[in-house]
Amino acid sequence: MLTVSGLKRFHISASFDLQDGECVALQGPSGVGKTLLLRSIADLDPNEGTVKLDGTLRETMPAPVWRKRVTYLAAEPGWWSETVQEHFSGWNDALPLVARLGLPPTCGPWPIQRLSTGERQRLGLVRALMLQSRVLLLDEPTSALDSASAAAVESLIAERILNGTSVLWSTHDNAQASRVGSRVFVMRTDGQIEENRP
Amino acid sequence: MTYIQLTYGDLILPALLVVMDGALSLVLRLKLERQLAIASVRMVLQLVLVGYVLTFLFAAVSPLWTALAAFIMVLFASHEIVARQKRRLVGFWKYGLGAGCTLLAAGTVTIFSLATELHPQPWYHPRYSLPLLGMILGNTMTGIGLGLDVLTNGLVRERAAVEACLALGGTRYQAVLPVLRDALRSGFMPIINSMAAIGLVSLPGMMTGQILAGIEPIDAVKYQLLIMFLIAGGTGLGTLTAVIGGARLLTDNRHRLRLDRIAAESARL
Repeated sequence: MLTVSGLKRFHISASFDLQDGECVALQGPSGVGKTLLLRSIADLDPNEGTVKLDGTLRETMPAPVWRKRVTYLAAEPGWWSETVQEHFSGWNDALPLVARLGLPPTCGPWPIQRLSTGERQRLGLVRALMLQSRVLLLDEPTSALDSASAAAVESLIAERILNGTSVLWSTHDNAQASRVGSRVFVMRTDGQIEENRP
Repeated sequence: MTYIQLTYGDLILPALLVVMDGALSLVLRLKLERQLAIASVRMVLQLVLVGYVLTFLFAAVSPLWTALAAFIMVLFASHEIVARQKRRLVGFWKYGLGAGCTLLAAGTVTIFSLATELHPQPWYHPRYSLPLLGMILGNTMTGIGLGLDVLTNGLVRERAAVEACLALGGTRYQAVLPVLRDALRSGFMPIINSMAAIGLVSLPGMMTGQILAGIEPIDAVKYQLLIMFLIAGGTGLGTLTAVIGGARLLTDNRHRLRLDRIAAESARL
């Protein structure tokens, strides 16, 4: 279980619990700070408050260990090498997931430069899923995808949730929010979150 | 050792060449005459001043005055480094990083050469230590300035890539390594280029000066080689410490990228 209490970053302040195998949708107008909240939970920005996984404070472990368990995925994931497969520690192990998201198994040697935004988004998701994290912080993971690819992503994440992964899923799509989330958080312009039960 | 001594009067005729440049600028309306005049006057004043300062220092041979002169040289070098940065660090480290690394690298290499090769009496004799320091400082400064500039620009440009690596559980060292490599390469490039071109394209000023002063060319070459090795060492050490130090300052112990430690972009240069 992920416990967030008194998390503060700029105007944002949030407290909530995320159970194992639970998916919560995070909504709110653009620029309200949804990304800031997700990044702060992953400890990618300086922030205040206590964040625990199964009762263990994140400060008790090195930040890289925390982020392998509580993993943030940006809407536009970044790439540090030339080709797709260089970003994976075991490209062959990633192939089943690559195929499920509708990408050809031959895309390993493709240069990142030539990928479309949607291809980058799906490959970024596969790269993050390879960590088998306990908590996924997904920042609009289907924003660049057509409806078929978005459905493939939703079903893949749903499987992870069934296996006990917790997900905080930021989305602008109300239909998607009520589809994937068992609860919906709405972030207000004052940086507080409130819960809307669907 | 014989050399042809110059009087101030001997310099009047060559100085007319600069006046000719000024006349050209006026005729062709290049609007450079003002800048040219200021630069010429500055050059004359600075060089004559440094000549008298060095005369005083060589006569005094005082560790205190020599150290003070060296310190002022390092201050000017770190100011130059900061002036060449498009993006600067905030707070103390804006000057502190460049100054610390130039001092460390140029100081270490200068003392190394004095202690192992030249053995002047006393070891800090300003006739040897200050010219050596000056030459090493000038090149180390270039390497550090370039390296830091590429580092800060690279981290800003590659922010998404660096943070993607961090978000996937990479350490700050793994995440900044691609940018770090670019920065080090850029810092090393000028010294590698000048080593490759030296003697063919350019005759270095120090060697030319020694030859004009009557030293056998092959002896001047040995001095120049010593200087080049020292410069290469100083540049390497300085660039390495500055770039790694800069990368540490722009990340924190929770392995976050801290671009907030870069000051807002300035329009200078």
